[in-house]
Amino acid sequence: MGRKLLLQHINEPGIHTFDVYRQKGGYRAVEKALKTMSTDEVVEEVKKSGLRGRGGAGFPTGMKWSFLAKPEGVARYLVCNGDESEPGTFKDRFLMTHIPHALIEGMIVSSYALGASVSYIYVRGEMMPQIRILERAIQEAKAAGFLGTNILGTGYNLELYVQPGGGAYICGEETALLESLEGKRGNPRIKPPFPAIAGLYGCPTVVNNVETIASVVPIINDGGDEYAKIGIERSTGTKLISASGNINKPGVYEIELGVPVEEFIYSDEYCGGIANGKTLKALVAGGSSVPILPNNLICKTISGNPRLMTYESLADGGFATGSMMGSGGFIVFDEDQCIVRNTWNFTRFYHHESCGQCSPCREGTGWMEKVLHKIEHGQGTVEDIDLLWDIQRKIEGNTICPLGDAAAWPVAAAIRHFRDEFEWHVLNPKESQSRNYGLAHYADPITAVTQ
Amino acid sequence: MLSVQENQPVEFSATLLEKFAEIVSRYPQGKQKSALLPILHLVQADYGWLSSDAMDKVATYLDIQPIEVYEVATFYTMFFLKPQGKYNLEVCRTGPCCLVGAEKIMKHIESRLGVKEGEVTADGLFSWRGVECLAACGFGPVLQIGPEYTFYENLTEDAVDLLIDTLKNNTTQQA
Repeated sequence: MGRKLLLQHINEPGIHTFDVYRQKGGYRAVEKALKTMSTDEVVEEVKKSGLRGRGGAGFPTGMKWSFLAKPEGVARYLVCNGDESEPGTFKDRFLMTHIPHALIEGMIVSSYALGASVSYIYVRGEMMPQIRILERAIQEAKAAGFLGTNILGTGYNLELYVQPGGGAYICGEETALLESLEGKRGNPRIKPPFPAIAGLYGCPTVVNNVETIASVVPIINDGGDEYAKIGIERSTGTKLISASGNINKPGVYEIELGVPVEEFIYSDEYCGGIANGKTLKALVAGGSSVPILPNNLICKTISGNPRLMTYESLADGGFATGSMMGSGGFIVFDEDQCIVRNTWNFTRFYHHESCGQCSPCREGTGWMEKVLHKIEHGQGTVEDIDLLWDIQRKIEGNTICPLGDAAAWPVAAAIRHFRDEFEWHVLNPKESQSRNYGLAHYADPITAVTQ
Repeated sequence: MLSVQENQPVEFSATLLEKFAEIVSRYPQGKQKSALLPILHLVQADYGWLSSDAMDKVATYLDIQPIEVYEVATFYTMFFLKPQGKYNLEVCRTGPCCLVGAEKIMKHIESRLGVKEGEVTADGLFSWRGVECLAACGFGPVLQIGPEYTFYENLTEDAVDLLIDTLKNNTTQQA
């Protein structure tokens, strides 16, 4: 069993309440940080921990914090990104539902470190039940003296508010989130200036994911060095993985970074193998935006090493034969799933969620959706596959925010690894309407890899 | 929930105005526009949708231009610009849920309610639509019903039937 730092007490009855959370050692990090550490010391521990942003980009949190500008007399903000919307990802919902105080405690410690006296937790609007859970947790923490004015008699003041979104994937992008928090449409801003210089209301701002903030608690309790002992290389600590798709035990798992992918899929401790005795066909390892991997590149990298659940190993081989850790949205596909249909589905998602600001993304996602719809419904041509490749290539890197890349990568990877399945669709339009391509792809995996 | 017909003027209740004021107090002076999304959610929870008159009154309350409210209400998918069924079933239609049968569930809802996506049943009770990823992929297929956004997980056709029957019966008993 791996160590659990976030979900350690998940099965404790009443752990969502302040009293039980506190009994289990909760809010020790607030006491330690506010009473015995300077703000710089807190930042230093987070740097030492090697913690990387858990929202998807994997940027070192301590470094992000150290970029925060601190001009005299200007407010600074910490904004928590709880706009969890990446298909395949549901860990933040889980954490906020079951252990809301882990997030509140992390917010207090992190706000202290950054010198913020007002902080916001931006939660996607559909999570109204979670918003109410968090608001209740805030009231409890306030009643116990961990929020408000003169916290624990240290002179530190902090107000914490929960802000609902309105149902827009793009608001998970940090500058779009800030726009939304200012009461505007979620159009991402051009960077620079980065939020660390000019963020919320033009003030220096740090935006961190829910899981990232919650991870600050064990880092402060046990020290950054202890945290960094868990994991491999630059993938330190534990990570919440949202496992979904055709597996026996879908759910949220906290893993020590470095668990082999094969163990994660097949061990009873985690996914428990492919459901209904079927065979693994493909994997999206880190949320819908990351490249899909075919069976032969999932458990082993192209060089034959076991693939591990780390930022580095999941990306081993680059986009040619690797993928990304992303947000940890682990989507498993069995032999009955159609890659073309899934790619069409994901592309429809990105088309729907494009904010419309940049033409390559606004138009390109729509074109890709139409072409994929055509192929999936037996009306495509071989040229359409090349057209798709061409469109995704022209979106990638040509937009203000990463949504364009996120829309392009799944299409590119699907064609790269499953071109034969696309071709089968266009060459067998009738048959493709009545049955799936299945595992035919793996008859000759070498050809598939080199394509 | 009050029901407002199209083009009917609205008047925010004292309770609602009190909630608006609390929300505005969360932001720095002059940044009251930040309250827009939370306030629109409250208005929609009370009236079922956002009429132009409701949006204009929100603009007046926040001292911003009406267009600033319209552009936000039209951007975010959670806001309705026309009346919905009393129970609006929103089914996740994105990849992971489709791997475990979301498309079948949507077809079943469509035939069970007898209305197409986005339409309202004749008795005004139900409407439905597919929505994008609801961040519950491990518990799919899922649907949610506003304004509380109650969640129904691991759906089967039988579970959907039971849910629709229960909602219908509740309404009959209330009436």
